[in-house]
Amino acid sequence: MKPKANILVVDDELIVRQSLKHWFEEDGYEVETADSGEIALKHFEKGKYDILLVDMKMPGMSGLELLSKVKEYDMSVIVILITAFASVPTAIKALKDGAYDYITKPVDPDELSHIIENALNQKILKTENEALKENIDEIIKPDNLIGESAEMKKIFSLINTVSQTDTTVMIRGESGTGKELVAKAIHINSRRKYFPIITVNCGALAESLLESELFGHEKGAFTGAHYKRKGKFEMANGGTIFLDEIGSVSPKMQVELLRVIESKQFTRVGGNEQIKSDFRVIAATNEPLEDLVKQGKFREDLYYRLDVFTILIPPLRERIEDIPLLAYYFLKKFSNAMNKKKDTISTEAMDFLVKYNWPGNVRELENAIERAVVVSKTSNIDVKDLPFQVSANNHFDKDDKSIAAMEKRHISLVLNELNWNISRTAEALKIDRVTLYNKINKYGLQRKQ
Amino acid sequence: MQYINIAPLKISNTGLVQRVLHELSKIFPGKIKRIRLEFEHEKSFSPERNQYFSTLLLAEAINHTSQFEGKVLILVDFDLYIPVFTFIFGEAQLNGKHSIVSLCRLHEEFYTGETNEELLVNRTIKEILHELGHNFGLLHCKSWECVMHSSAIIEEVDIKGNSYCSDCMREIKRNNLK
Repeated sequence: MKPKANILVVDDELIVRQSLKHWFEEDGYEVETADSGEIALKHFEKGKYDILLVDMKMPGMSGLELLSKVKEYDMSVIVILITAFASVPTAIKALKDGAYDYITKPVDPDELSHIIENALNQKILKTENEALKENIDEIIKPDNLIGESAEMKKIFSLINTVSQTDTTVMIRGESGTGKELVAKAIHINSRRKYFPIITVNCGALAESLLESELFGHEKGAFTGAHYKRKGKFEMANGGTIFLDEIGSVSPKMQVELLRVIESKQFTRVGGNEQIKSDFRVIAATNEPLEDLVKQGKFREDLYYRLDVFTILIPPLRERIEDIPLLAYYFLKKFSNAMNKKKDTISTEAMDFLVKYNWPGNVRELENAIERAVVVSKTSNIDVKDLPFQVSANNHFDKDDKSIAAMEKRHISLVLNELNWNISRTAEALKIDRVTLYNKINKYGLQRKQ
Repeated sequence: MQYINIAPLKISNTGLVQRVLHELSKIFPGKIKRIRLEFEHEKSFSPERNQYFSTLLLAEAINHTSQFEGKVLILVDFDLYIPVFTFIFGEAQLNGKHSIVSLCRLHEEFYTGETNEELLVNRTIKEILHELGHNFGLLHCKSWECVMHSSAIIEEVDIKGNSYCSDCMREIKRNNLK
């Protein structure tokens, strides 16, 4: 919930008052303006303001004079001074007199937003966070994280436990089981929820771009770097970084990751400044990391650094009681999105859904229902609307029951369905193209001529 | 739902405009119209800053668009500012008819020198939806999944979602039924 802070903008220039009022109102703040220090004082005597944004140089009462007067009324009010002509002595005086900050026009929108947010953190968010923490008696779940099976109830309980801490979490589970949703659930139930969760798909990162992507770069760091750019770790400051497909990280990147995760410090490419970032790490994989460690493909120290608290998400075939619930959830979701009236799934179709092996897990079920909503001609979803024929449900019949074999078959099936269009297949599988190419190579899949 | 009139102004990349309109038509079927707008936009140019003053530009556009029903979004390729800030991605009338979006800082070339039209289209759609959201009466949203999350830098444009969250969508529907 956005704090409804009150801001008073004091500036003799109309356009500055209007611009700032408009900018802050879009953020949900209550904003009033005054064109002089004298008028501002009159407002201040009548109303209650959390923040005053004050121009230093105004006809009549200066910004510094206004600062000292409002502090006499209310020591807790936050005053931020704005000037077009910065000078060190004035800045020092302003801060000594109790100004929260001192900024120079024109200011980066990002900078002003952060100053205001940080200021309010001191005044409002701390109290609100405490109150919210006390009131949370059940976890907030992302929309798609659904299940009433004993396995899922156990996962909700683990999310609830671990979200109250800053512990590093490792989420294990087959492709499509909802590892990212669990990561989001941990984040939105943690004290970090007001900051973003940044996802890094480690499998998709080309090593040449990796450093800049993760750590950012300074202006001029390399040809074409015209502007400073923040990296993923910097963007995750205050929030959570979600390292998906951690098992496919290259050895070089493993060293870098370990260093940053341990020190929470790094430098941008082309820079010298040590950037500190306060982030929580959640990693996920569908690969047997222990085997990779034994084979020397994954660093043991990084493995132990990440595998502190493990959440194992069971495959859909091991929690079949959730299938009807999920099927109806997706039916409602896609019916609404496509504006089609579909409200039932025939007994035969549901029977099929429950018996099917679901190698692609919840993601595959979601895709199946989406397709069924598209092709169904009635308000009822029947077996014929499902993207596979009953006779083709032969995943049970294959000799090789391994997860890798099922993944290979599923990828091959979707590739053939989509005529080996890599972009569309990657989109359908909800993985990126690089990962798809890697899997095609890994499984030696070839297009039939 | 009202019509959404998109007015590209001095954008040479017509292919890009077509793609953006195509994507928007998927989100607002039958509601997207492309309109032509000609007016003295140079009046809002600041030689000192080498940028265009967004609020002035919007005010000038308002005088030339009274004949259009629904929302009017102006798409420009040049850099925009308002006096307090170094730049802005766009500006909108809260609960109003007009908004403006600049492509200038949505280009990946601006930051890394590399062209990425796919990314540019994604960013443009996000910023158009964001400014239209303000036109529909939405304030900034706390959810990073929602396109109405505030984004003051390009990384935040990339992080936030590309559609309205359920709360914001409900608010749009509620405001439009009034």
